[in-house]
Amino acid sequence: MSSQTLQPDRVPEAPLVAPGDQGGLHNVFRQRYLLKLLVGKELAARYQGSVLGLFWSYVQPAVKFTAYYFVMGYIFQLHRDIEHFEFHLFAGMVMVHYFTETFSAGTRSIVRNKRIIQKLPLPRELFPVASMLVSAYHTVPQMVLLLIGVLVVGWDPSLYDLSAGILGFAIVATYGVALALIFSAANVYFRDFQNIVATFTIFVTWSVPMIYPYDRIEKLFGGTWIEQVYLMNPIADGVLLMQQLFWVPTVGPESPYPVVMPDYLMTRGVIVLVACGIMLVFAQKFFTRLEGKFVERL
Amino acid sequence: MSKSIVVEHASKRFTMQYTRTIKQMSIAALRGQRLTDTFLAVNDVSFTVEQGESIGLMGLNGSGKSTLLSLISGVMRPDEGSVLTRGRIAGLIAAGAGFHPQLTGRDNLYLNAAILGMSEAETNRKLDQIVDFADIGRFLDVPVGHYSSGMSARLGFAVAAFAESDIFLADEVLAVGDRPFKRKCMARMEEIKKEGRTLFYVSHAPGSVRQMCDRALVLVEGRLGFDGPVDEGIRFLKYDDGPQDDVMNQEDEDLGADI
Repeated sequence: MSSQTLQPDRVPEAPLVAPGDQGGLHNVFRQRYLLKLLVGKELAARYQGSVLGLFWSYVQPAVKFTAYYFVMGYIFQLHRDIEHFEFHLFAGMVMVHYFTETFSAGTRSIVRNKRIIQKLPLPRELFPVASMLVSAYHTVPQMVLLLIGVLVVGWDPSLYDLSAGILGFAIVATYGVALALIFSAANVYFRDFQNIVATFTIFVTWSVPMIYPYDRIEKLFGGTWIEQVYLMNPIADGVLLMQQLFWVPTVGPESPYPVVMPDYLMTRGVIVLVACGIMLVFAQKFFTRLEGKFVERL
Repeated sequence: MSKSIVVEHASKRFTMQYTRTIKQMSIAALRGQRLTDTFLAVNDVSFTVEQGESIGLMGLNGSGKSTLLSLISGVMRPDEGSVLTRGRIAGLIAAGAGFHPQLTGRDNLYLNAAILGMSEAETNRKLDQIVDFADIGRFLDVPVGHYSSGMSARLGFAVAAFAESDIFLADEVLAVGDRPFKRKCMARMEEIKKEGRTLFYVSHAPGSVRQMCDRALVLVEGRLGFDGPVDEGIRFLKYDDGPQDDVMNQEDEDLGADI
């Protein structure tokens, strides 16, 4: 028997444990190298066989931006009461696009990587998280364009504005991963979920103050419960906080159309971020519960 | 002696769903048919493997070999009982599984190695060995989608075979690849065995099991039907008919049936 010729150094020091990865989001971030490679793979997958590659991730937002800008700005004349409507719109679009991409790619991520998941033990949370990071990577060039735009007209953000932007981004990222975890797991059982997501993302565009100013909500529902419900939407908060960073500083104090923002924007943002964090914990629990049957259901 | 794999009363139940859509479900419900059914793919299996042992897992198609291997690799968890392992696991159930056709062989190599738990430095160190073994030459920087099935299988095997591990799980090793490559794989597995790693080998080929393993497990409809010496295991499975002069020939004949 070969066990007699066993070299002592061959005996692993590791304890006897259940094989495979125990999963969990904390394990995902411990495996940063693997995550980096998976993000690279996702990027390659998204642009497979495409000549223009990454360029496509600008085309869609650019077309959307142009369409909204002309319809909302010139046809509905929203230009008139919003100074620098273009930044108001674009700052919102970056966030909405970030969220919808995270959500829809994240939802499909488990099913799309079923070959790996069926054969190799690794934390499955890696895939939704990688989708979120790929989407975040795509926002960088949009942010750069936005930055160039605001710098041209003069932009001097305060520390408050900067922290608002970061907070907004964090809210959308956390919320996106939480939803992606829930829906990617559910999608394994019923592929209907990817269609539900597609339907849901249409709604997102209209539920945030992006193509219309927050001003309108305030005028219509100010002080009522509807306004509170509206502001409970993490994407709406993310958009408002991002506008606080890019749009608000471009509107001068003497502007005939002063900026209207919700009261206690930052406090609200912090509370929403905490709520999204709690939701993420539950999403993780839900994911872990469904994960056990992934291999046979895929 | 150190226990490497401990399986205690492990069972894995699969649910078969006959209907998928609401329409089908309602029709089936109206007719009084069953919507789902369950069966035990692995049924109350227990055994212990010492570090450095080499085990041949055999059984007919559908006897639960792949499921048992998935339980040991950690891809699936048992519904009842427990499966415990010690140390790192690498194996060929993984061969080429994570390959993305759009990425080059090199990128896929790094990704697969990372999934098997290798760091970037470790992969860099073993890169030459892996590439040399896979023998894909200048195709290394070509997208894997352009590879022949044999080439991607070779690359997959090479990554798994050179990954640092304490337990080596092997299946479908010889199902792909030509004869020279099969010989090379067997030689590499022999080396792995000599290094004192635990070898868990799933095969239909009695010749290679006899050559490679010192103990056989035979699964019969999800249950462990036999646990003992290889020759007896082969006899138990009635795989021993026919002449066995040429081990490789015998293997080739048996390879038609994949697990």
